[in-house]
Amino acid sequence: MSYDRAITVFSPDGHLFQVEYAQEAVKKGSTAVGVRGKNVVVLGVEKKAVAKLQEDRTVRKICQLDDHVLMAFAGLTADARVLIKQARVECQSHKLTVEDPVTLEYITRYIASLKQRYTQSNGRRPFGISCLITGFDYDKTPHLYQTDPSGTYHEWKANAIGRNAKTVREFLEKNYSPDNVATEELTVKLAIKALLEVVQSGGKNLEVAVMKEGSGLQMLDVSEIEKIVQVVEKEKEEEAASKKKESKAESK
Amino acid sequence: MALAEVCGFQPARKGLDIAEATAESANIEFNSQLMLPPFANPGLNLGNVLVDESGKEIQMHFDHGTTTLGFKYQGGVVLAVDSRATGGMYIGSGSVRKIIPINKFLLGTMAGGAADCTYWERVLSKQCRLYELRNRERISVAAASKLLSNQAYNYKGMGLSMGVMIAGYDKRGPGLYYVDSDGERISGEVFSVGSGSIFAYGVLDQGYRYDLTDEEAYDLGRRSIYHATNRDAASGGIVRVYHMKPTGYEVISEEDCKDLHYRYAEEKKK
Repeated sequence: MSYDRAITVFSPDGHLFQVEYAQEAVKKGSTAVGVRGKNVVVLGVEKKAVAKLQEDRTVRKICQLDDHVLMAFAGLTADARVLIKQARVECQSHKLTVEDPVTLEYITRYIASLKQRYTQSNGRRPFGISCLITGFDYDKTPHLYQTDPSGTYHEWKANAIGRNAKTVREFLEKNYSPDNVATEELTVKLAIKALLEVVQSGGKNLEVAVMKEGSGLQMLDVSEIEKIVQVVEKEKEEEAASKKKESKAESK
Repeated sequence: MALAEVCGFQPARKGLDIAEATAESANIEFNSQLMLPPFANPGLNLGNVLVDESGKEIQMHFDHGTTTLGFKYQGGVVLAVDSRATGGMYIGSGSVRKIIPINKFLLGTMAGGAADCTYWERVLSKQCRLYELRNRERISVAAASKLLSNQAYNYKGMGLSMGVMIAGYDKRGPGLYYVDSDGERISGEVFSVGSGSIFAYGVLDQGYRYDLTDEEAYDLGRRSIYHATNRDAASGGIVRVYHMKPTGYEVISEEDCKDLHYRYAEEKKK
């Protein structure tokens, strides 16, 4: 069976509607946030509520592509599986032919090229996912990249994708500063704080992954996340209380 | 082809038609799309292309006579080569360039089939440049030598003859790899390749230290090749010495081995 009709064709005013619809699919997915710290990278995702009889562990939205590369995605999980499989093979293939681990830019470019190919192929639809790819190059510098269904990619200091990504991104724009990400603790706190803007409060609704230079993926467990969530909540309350005091003092 | 007709070329057996070869070898556009030898055991039978007047097959004799050497030391990598090309007992050329620049930071040597070495090292130059453009950084010596050895492995058993050293300078410092047409690829401090390598190794191993000065290193390389040209019939001509530095490669000297012979003889008299 040969498919002659391309699914992704231009509209009269220059849009690729299939790609734009794919971006809509991404906006339906659960939120993911990535923050690049001074010598640590953090990925956080919203854990969708699981049905009563469903096993929690089978829903994994943060994946390891290689010892030094992590990925989180938003959108159609099945599409992500295909991309992750090919990206993992490419990481090893690169190591075999070049005798060096992939740089973040290289693997992001590879994933983005795959996505672009599907926007220009017969009978195929674009991938319905955006990815946050993060990790360390072998020169020890941390990087965070974002790709989208059209196949473009950009490097970010911090970004969010999925549902309510705009809100999270605005929060990050207001609160990201080199001081705020100088240590591992601060970076993790910023990522969780950003997620809590749009996610129901509670450690069991978040999945957080941390990677330091030279060490592999470290998933924070529920109790650690709970602790940080409580600290963040307390700070929020204190901030709200002091603002109230200020406004009371002013109005007097 | 017109030239074949004018020369009265008659292929020894069917399947070696020139028209067929040009149709199957699209290697101007696709460097790896070469026609595979249309007979068994190309390693042995590749030379049986010609027939003399009585119809007897003339075996072409491919020469592997040469001496090349390379070694890593504190100042980078030194490569030294001879320049003689022989076919049997006939000296084809006395001024072959057996060091092939791949780019400013990568050099390749030639031993075995000259055409095989120059062709695949030129293809390697193209691949290294494309890597640079795609990844915005220079290719490592390990990756470049691996590209060549993977390419050679594709043609394993089909009659390629290459014994090449890839020398270069990258982020990890000086690099020296031996790559051959059997698919071998090894990194090392000291290599010598060719029929004269046995003579060169004697002098090289005796004088080699990692902390040689630049001048001592050039002299060691030059002397080793000279001694090989002296004893090996298939090595001779001009002794070329190249130095791969952190800033790129430099041609150090190109002297006839005859001059070196008399110079070293003078030194002995003192």
